[in-house]
Amino acid sequence: MTSLPALPTPKKLGLVIDLDVCVGCHACVVSCKEWNTGGYGSALSDQQPYGADVSGAWLNRIHTFEIMPESGEVVGEAGEARIVHFPKSCLHCEEAPCVTVCPTGASYKRLDDGIVLVDEEKCIGCGLCAWACPYGAREMDLAAGVMKKCTLCIDRIYNETLEEVDRVPACVRTCPSNARHFGDLADPDSDVSRMVAVRGGIDLMPEQGTRPVNKYLPPRPRKPLAAGTSSLPKAENTDDAKGFLAWLDGMLDRI
Amino acid sequence: MLSGSRVELSRPVSDEIRKTTCYMCACRCGIDVHLKDGKIRYIEGNRDHPVNRGVLCAKGSAGIMQHYAPARLKAPMLRTGPRGSGEFREISWDEALSLATDWLGDVRRTDPRKLAFFTGRDQSQSLTGYWAQQFGTPNYAAHGGFCSVNMAAAGIMTLGGAFWEFGSPDWDRTKLFILFGVAEDHDSNPIKIGISKVKQRGARFVSVNPVRTGYSAIADNWIGIRPGTDGLLILALVHELLKARKIDVDYIVRYSNASWLVIDAPGSADHGLFARDGEGRPQIHETVTGLIVPHGTRGARPALSGRFTLPDGRFAIPSFQLLAEEYLDPKYAPETVAAETGVPAETIRGLAAEIARVAFEQVIEVPQPWTDMNGERHDSFIGRPVSFHAMRGISAHSNGFQTARALHMLQVLIGAVDCPGAFRFEPPYPKPVDEHPKPHGRAEHFGSSQPLSGPHLGFPRGPEDLLVDEEGRPTRIDKAFSWEAPIAAHGLMHMVIANAHAGDPYPVDVLFLYMANMAWNSSMNTAGVIRMLEDKELETGEYRIPKIIYSDAYYSEMVAYADLVLPDTTYLERYDCISLLDRPITEPDAVQDAIRWPVVEPDRDVRAFQSVLLDLGARLRLPGFADHLGKPLYRDYADYIVRHERRPGIGPLAGFRGSEGEKTGRGAANPDQLRRYIENGSFFSAHIPPEAQFMKHANRAYQDFAVRMGFFDTPQPVIFQLYSEILQKFWLSAEGVREPVAPEAHRERILKAFTPLPSWYRPLEEDGIDRAAFPYHAITQRPMAMYHSWGSMNAWLRQIHTSNPLYVPGVICDEVGLQDGDWAWVISHHGRIKVQIARSDAVNRDTMWTWNAIGKRGGTWGLDPGAPEARKGFLVNHLIHELLPPKGDGMRWSNSDPVTGQAAWYDLRVRIEKAEPGEASEPRFPSIANDAEAPNELRYGQEWSQ
Amino acid sequence: MHPAFSIIVFTTASGMGYGLATVLGLGLLDPAALSTKLAHVLALGLIGAGLVSSTLHLGNPQRAWRAFSQWKSSWLSREGVMAVVAFVPLCISAWSVIFEDACLDWAGLIGSGLSLLTVYCTAMIYASLRSVDAWHTRLTPACYLLFALAGGTLFASFFASAGESSAAHGLSATAIALLIAAWVVKIRWRRRLKNLTPLSNPESATGLGAIGRVRLLERPHMTENYLTREMGFRIARKHAEKLFRLALIFGGAVPIVLMVLCLLPGLSGGLTALLLFVAVLSHALGILLERWLFFAEARHAVMNYYGGREQDLRAV
Repeated sequence: MTSLPALPTPKKLGLVIDLDVCVGCHACVVSCKEWNTGGYGSALSDQQPYGADVSGAWLNRIHTFEIMPESGEVVGEAGEARIVHFPKSCLHCEEAPCVTVCPTGASYKRLDDGIVLVDEEKCIGCGLCAWACPYGAREMDLAAGVMKKCTLCIDRIYNETLEEVDRVPACVRTCPSNARHFGDLADPDSDVSRMVAVRGGIDLMPEQGTRPVNKYLPPRPRKPLAAGTSSLPKAENTDDAKGFLAWLDGMLDRI
Repeated sequence: MLSGSRVELSRPVSDEIRKTTCYMCACRCGIDVHLKDGKIRYIEGNRDHPVNRGVLCAKGSAGIMQHYAPARLKAPMLRTGPRGSGEFREISWDEALSLATDWLGDVRRTDPRKLAFFTGRDQSQSLTGYWAQQFGTPNYAAHGGFCSVNMAAAGIMTLGGAFWEFGSPDWDRTKLFILFGVAEDHDSNPIKIGISKVKQRGARFVSVNPVRTGYSAIADNWIGIRPGTDGLLILALVHELLKARKIDVDYIVRYSNASWLVIDAPGSADHGLFARDGEGRPQIHETVTGLIVPHGTRGARPALSGRFTLPDGRFAIPSFQLLAEEYLDPKYAPETVAAETGVPAETIRGLAAEIARVAFEQVIEVPQPWTDMNGERHDSFIGRPVSFHAMRGISAHSNGFQTARALHMLQVLIGAVDCPGAFRFEPPYPKPVDEHPKPHGRAEHFGSSQPLSGPHLGFPRGPEDLLVDEEGRPTRIDKAFSWEAPIAAHGLMHMVIANAHAGDPYPVDVLFLYMANMAWNSSMNTAGVIRMLEDKELETGEYRIPKIIYSDAYYSEMVAYADLVLPDTTYLERYDCISLLDRPITEPDAVQDAIRWPVVEPDRDVRAFQSVLLDLGARLRLPGFADHLGKPLYRDYADYIVRHERRPGIGPLAGFRGSEGEKTGRGAANPDQLRRYIENGSFFSAHIPPEAQFMKHANRAYQDFAVRMGFFDTPQPVIFQLYSEILQKFWLSAEGVREPVAPEAHRERILKAFTPLPSWYRPLEEDGIDRAAFPYHAITQRPMAMYHSWGSMNAWLRQIHTSNPLYVPGVICDEVGLQDGDWAWVISHHGRIKVQIARSDAVNRDTMWTWNAIGKRGGTWGLDPGAPEARKGFLVNHLIHELLPPKGDGMRWSNSDPVTGQAAWYDLRVRIEKAEPGEASEPRFPSIANDAEAPNELRYGQEWSQ
Repeated sequence: MHPAFSIIVFTTASGMGYGLATVLGLGLLDPAALSTKLAHVLALGLIGAGLVSSTLHLGNPQRAWRAFSQWKSSWLSREGVMAVVAFVPLCISAWSVIFEDACLDWAGLIGSGLSLLTVYCTAMIYASLRSVDAWHTRLTPACYLLFALAGGTLFASFFASAGESSAAHGLSATAIALLIAAWVVKIRWRRRLKNLTPLSNPESATGLGAIGRVRLLERPHMTENYLTREMGFRIARKHAEKLFRLALIFGGAVPIVLMVLCLLPGLSGGLTALLLFVAVLSHALGILLERWLFFAEARHAVMNYYGGREQDLRAV
């Protein structure tokens, strides 16, 4: 059923992505592809994998943005462009427009945990859900003709054949810089919710009215090096080697 | 609706998990390979593994696509068409090995020099080096010379250990982490884990890098320095710290050679050398008694300044006084260096202040008593939590050796080496330079059908250890350890083809390469190298380099230039050992090594190169590989790993030794060793006792532990060499006052580069060209999702970096009128390339950059000749010559660091001009014929879809 | 947005088909005339061809029947349902005209209403997408409905003229009025598009606007992907202007001029029919162009992640 759950889901499982530590290594991107190409639904196919016009279906991609400070907001760095690596996958929105546009009921939001899934058996591959999603979270698999998207690794997080510690999405498990966190954002006491509260986690494109579950932690403010206060104090004696060696002798006496 | 009912939630992932070690880069993480129906279902990080602790990078996660890549070689091949045509016929292993044995056997009997054996991304250098030594050629090295030998050599000569993989910042304790240059391609997961810890703890991360990508993107402070000036920046920091008296006097007195007396006798052969007693012990001036006594004399209080008379009447000065006088000079003041480095004076001052503040005001203490080498008991480890890391960013410059020395000096001055919160050694380091072998390869070291008398590579202690003949001419094909590159501790692989082609110092007969893409991205002046490989003798019509044997697992550009191709396995099909005798995977707190084992069987007629090398060794009847009857000593590499002993009880693997597997480090070979490793997740880890974990260079408990483990046979503490006597010896030779005297032509270079105290000089290319004609720098960065050239055959990784734009600073774009997507000519003193550009402002204003080794030659790596890698991708290598521009002295000097011979990739200077729009980058090369069958569509894992 | 040929043909054909069906349902044309019978066949044919065309871009067309299930939430599903529902009265009406020579008023009127409703559903598929600013306006269904009605009336006037029906002149006059109305609304739609401040931008898309102006430095993967192919289509503004002028000429000016000519007294019936036929063809061509631009000029929010703004700035 492509109507959204009438009431808020009791759990809101999702990801919290820390832009302050993501180095853009693409580990999550590839691990996601690797896990999901043999897992939920059809394989994530690649067209012309060794050819001139290579492309494929990916559920998670990292964009790299350059940001030019426009004002003096970032002390010491105004005018110095900054690079932010930006992983992006399905945000499992509470008001998921991709779900309501689906004509077949293939797209749905789970009642118990809020995960947005595609039932590939029902998907006709019309692509309308990808149009409806402002985030580019859905990609058509050209080989299977069905829509693919992040499942939050639903076949991991509830998988009783995995050790408990491994019951997290593949991207979270593999992230070398600990930039990805998984949890229940409906529970204000969960680690992820606390993180969002402390760091001022943000929604992407709140103006789209999608109410994403996934949150992004913005880069922490930078502490400038070149502020006046951080200069070394002047030594008491003179600057040249003579003064230094005199000081040194004094130091040696104290050792 | 019960939504759970629509999905099967608890499907088992795989039939079986096999734990082995990754080889998608040099990081060597532990991996869990999930197998399903005999195929690889999934590869993830091994949670128990000390290197990666469960995480895995993009490359590691793409291992499936590496393993099943169509570019894999399938069988031994013999060239049938001309070199570079890609025309081969498949032959049997028997034929291949017989042919190789014939070629190599002839060389060994007649003139072993005529084999040049060089390895690239080799992780078995302890075997390949041993093989080459037993073969008897002086011409062996791995690829360190074009990688990061500056870092390794400077580290070992200064600290007894280097950054690289031989040490690591104390990620859990450091409060200020400073990273110099690009470092994304080595030790990558530990660094990512570490940087993240630093940042999440709220500690400060400073990156000094012309380009603000990769790790630099998340730095709290980015210092967009001009390439090649890091050394000057560091010396300015030293200047500031000295001026502010922010140095750890106690630390330098105890652990460095600051107090050693330097002979002050200008013009004499001993000038600038350490004053030593009859037993060769360096002398200090004892301030209480006023006597000159050997360093290490109990209770002595050494002077750090003054001018003292030695027993022989000459004067001597503590080395530290020379150091202080040098760096307090106003030429190192922040204002003076700001223009050259492109770093504002206030930023330099701010960084110096931050270093001082953290080192001296944020001191940490680990309450663990320990005893130093003098027997003095300390209540705790005192930590100055400032840590540094650097790799090829500062290394790949012609002043990189001295820059790395400067950085290590800075660490020592603030007392931040191997203490809590600082850079920490990873066993078997620290290891003093004297414990390293000297290089072997002079005429007296080798001969027909006999082994080389010692290891190829090592550290000369002075010009007397150079590998030169009586006339001072190099005896190695790469001219390593000659006057041209005296401390070429890793050889100069990048010069081998040019020298062999020129017959300078002599021609070779067989060039034997392993995993080194010398016909493409691993060579400077790629087009020139290709011509050299294709060049024939006029009289005979034979190739100038007559026979090339190449082993690799994939159809790289170099394969097309080989005469005989020995196909290697993928990393999942072979045994390997990540050995303490080689490049270890140890941690500051633990001694570790690891193995690989065939988690899947090869489905092609390929063999692991190491087993092939053992086979060849036996066929050639090399000592150590065959017994006196010619019977092979080892069945294969797995057998060698278990049974080979380098010294009694010391083998490739340190774990599970002894007949019961109960011994660690030293112990008899254990036939069951590999099984024990596999059961343990394919690695072994032994914790260093708590009292031995810091200050290893001077820690009695650590030194005893190192002896127990078999790193050394006696304790080998390290005194940090702020002032380098070895360098001074070369300097004296260049002055002409000390024997052997440097040949005239080399003197100027040596006098400039071999200063006993760290120094900075302008990179040689920049110094030799018209700076105004080539006003900009062009450098490469290392993409984290691609290891060198080694990822384009991978269907998943290549989608991330399918081609590479040249990122050009906004100011240059505006000046030249360039927009994103425009084409431009980039021109150096050597050549020009046409490339597509992209604008970036997060970069030093004089520096353009691109990703390394994305450009490929058409037809290689199993790709369509029209692939973007071959069409739009490009190499900057075409702009870099292996020789510096002529200077008018009649010589063409190697484009390398004059000390180590390190290839100076990052010295490149260019200008840029807008070009006509194009479809493809230039220069173009004809495609190589390759019949690899590549599918048009991949649906990996479709058979397991629900 | 990528102007997929099948979708453009679908909306153009089904729009004209439903428009024609709507007018036919009013029973203004002589059911006994052959031309009227042909008009009914053509209306059903256009609608049918459009629907078939719309399934061409599906990944799994064999499951298309499932698309009728989600009419509660999905405009696409509603469109499918309405299309099927509308077919019933339209077929009855057509049967009656073709075989009985009679207009069934109730079927015709129901058919007309459902036809317009179907066109509205089609339009709402686009208009409901907040992710595409250009479409997310009431002007979108207004345009679709007016173009359907105008095209249908024009078409009907041709058939009326061919059948020498007295309604021909009235239909032409109405068609002129509807065409003017449609293009006025379309021009307003397009003016809105040009003056639009995008709902989202790279700053809001990344949440990094607090730091500064955000631009894409590096794509996640170097080559095109499904998203960039589907949503990343762009056309240079000056080409768009040229095409829009052509659309206006073919879709509006030419048919209007021809219809005005037809309204002049003294033209023979045959010539009138011929002129109106040319007007219909011209209009169809104009609408194809208009629909192509409807997609080509629309920007999808996802391009905020793919350097869309920079591409737009460069394309000026």
